Amino acid sequence: MITPTAPSSAPTQRVPVVEMRNIQVSFGGVRAVAGVTIDLYPGEVVGVVGGNGAGKTTLMRTLSGARPPDAGQILVNGQPITIGNPRDAKALGIETIYQTLALADNLDAPANVFLGRELTGTGTLNDAAMESATRKVIGRLNPNFKNFKTPVLRLSGGQRQAVAIARAIHFNARALIMDEPTAALGPAETAQVHSLIRQLKSEGIGIFLVSHDIHDVFDLSERISVMYHGKLVGTVNKNDVTTDEVLGMIILGKPPTKLTSQELAELHG
Amino acid sequence: MGVSVPGEATAAGQPAPPIRSFVAALGSAFGPVARVLRPLEVDTRMLGMIAALAVIWIAFDIVSGGTFLSPRNLWNLSVQSASIGIMATGMVLIIVSRNIDLSVGSMLGFLGYTMAMFQAVWIPQTFGLGLDQPYTWILTLVVGILLGAAVGGLQGFIVAFGGVPSFIVTLGGLLIWRGLIFRYAQGQTIAPLDTTFQMLGGGVVATRVGALGEWPSWGLGAVICVAIVFLMIASRRRKRRFGFPVRPIWAELLVGAIACGVVLGTVWVANSYPLPVNVAQQIADERGIPVPPGGIPTGVAFPVVIMLIVTLVVTFLATRRRFGRYVYAIGGNPDAAVLAGINVRRTIMLAFALMGSLAAVSAAVQTARLDAAVTSLGVQNELDVISAAVIGGTSFSGGIGTVPGAILGAVVMQSLRSGMVLLLVDSPTQDIVVGIVLVIAVGLDTLFRRRVS
Repeated sequence: MITPTAPSSAPTQRVPVVEMRNIQVSFGGVRAVAGVTIDLYPGEVVGVVGGNGAGKTTLMRTLSGARPPDAGQILVNGQPITIGNPRDAKALGIETIYQTLALADNLDAPANVFLGRELTGTGTLNDAAMESATRKVIGRLNPNFKNFKTPVLRLSGGQRQAVAIARAIHFNARALIMDEPTAALGPAETAQVHSLIRQLKSEGIGIFLVSHDIHDVFDLSERISVMYHGKLVGTVNKNDVTTDEVLGMIILGKPPTKLTSQELAELHG
Repeated sequence: MGVSVPGEATAAGQPAPPIRSFVAALGSAFGPVARVLRPLEVDTRMLGMIAALAVIWIAFDIVSGGTFLSPRNLWNLSVQSASIGIMATGMVLIIVSRNIDLSVGSMLGFLGYTMAMFQAVWIPQTFGLGLDQPYTWILTLVVGILLGAAVGGLQGFIVAFGGVPSFIVTLGGLLIWRGLIFRYAQGQTIAPLDTTFQMLGGGVVATRVGALGEWPSWGLGAVICVAIVFLMIASRRRKRRFGFPVRPIWAELLVGAIACGVVLGTVWVANSYPLPVNVAQQIADERGIPVPPGGIPTGVAFPVVIMLIVTLVVTFLATRRRFGRYVYAIGGNPDAAVLAGINVRRTIMLAFALMGSLAAVSAAVQTARLDAAVTSLGVQNELDVISAAVIGGTSFSGGIGTVPGAILGAVVMQSLRSGMVLLLVDSPTQDIVVGIVLVIAVGLDTLFRRRVS
């Protein structure tokens, strides 16, 4: 008997927490995602990169339940499942931090963290318990966060981000989708999010990190999936490639093996 | 700021400089007041509205030579406010969810007519059960409320699942429900109604009075005061348990004392309004006692009791239940509500169903008060109801508004109308004044909100 160990160099021996096979999404006649296959292992960060309109966000929205795929298969822990709406995804332990944050601006932080999953006692909302739990989880992200009673509209960008992240991590996610989590943040807050991602990774959570920022992605990911015009150019191990090669994949839509040195040089031209 | 009302997103820029400096001046004038009020944790917007109401009342009282603040006028004012206030509580939730219901007046007419037919024609004649059965009033009310929920729910279904804008659906409803009244009875007035049912309107039938009377009114006041104290203690304990800050004890006592003072004061006013002399004489004869000096107190009118119950129920739904939380979330950010897994369609449909059943309750109050159903029942009520909600701080951009605010808005509206009636102002002029007040109230509110946020 071989006990399956989990060396990070050989992820294929484990069951991926999420597998998306041949996913297709069309808007009218436009194929936003055309047959993309990617996977995610526990405790791993996979960077999902590509230019504007490459289909990154659309692909991730099929996994978060915001827009069910037109074709393709999704497996969670090896089991084929269907995700018809955001509730399905959350029930499977797939949480999403949207680029827009998707906060109800008129509600306070606890109401947003527990939106759709309110704590109740005898049918009524248990606001005190929700606030208490929110204080704990946000305290983990940002110890200076004090405004638990104000509508999130009045909070700073970083604080709003903390609320959105708290909502994703409070419910014991096994897979996390982070869509541009640092796009609106300053350097200090970005560093905070980075250390959080490393911490979540060490807890065994799989993370899809959607980002424009190639340095962020190289910093945090084990593997990088590059999309180009709705298709997957390829998935590469971070240690096997240079940032230039990944840039070439993003901009030219070609895997590193097909890139000529002239094309690489032109990237900097 | 210690304002607990959620702020509002303002896509537009800052207001023009003269207005801005005016608002800044006003704001700084109220700055010290706000500092004093902060430990009380009361809603400063609500306080502003109460202050405005006080100004209106005192001004009318002075101009009318003391008639406006007489117990008789205040009692009538409370009854007039009730039917609008009842519907305004539901309208808050509709507007908060970024919808509108223009059909409430016609729904009220249709439901009132149906209830009148039910108690005056169908039960006694069609079913042959006879007039004035003990169960008639409650059966009528239940049927009306269920039908209201169905009618409102149907409109909500078309809005939520059909994707037709609520403005259009309820504009259609405004025409349809009004038109259906004429199909019922070719425009005949349906009267008289069941004598017990008439009590719901706060009127007097022989020796029966549609009000609580002296001691039950005091009892109601006492129950409400006990409830206020109990809720405050419970809230304080809960906060303590989770280690949250609580108000200082003096602030707690002051808020409780003011709240109870208002409740008991209201009861006192209602009890200061005596029944008409001949009615009091008959009641005294019936009981075999002499008429007490000063007459027999009327007490809190049933429509007001109904409004209180409705306010409690809807406030509970809005603030303590998932349903209400979802209504506010949908109004704040519809996309976020969907992504959070909220069943947005179901929530919107339920809000419209609730509005329909509240229109039925108001219809019961109005028909009972008239002792008849007439074809003009509820005409233009939608405008009063929407105005009450908006004056009470409900924002058309969604997500903002409170049920108690809407009740206050209804009282402000009716105070203006009642005061102008006392001063013999003609009806077109009343409309002009109410229109101006509506626009100014919302304008000022928007400016203050921009300042706060």
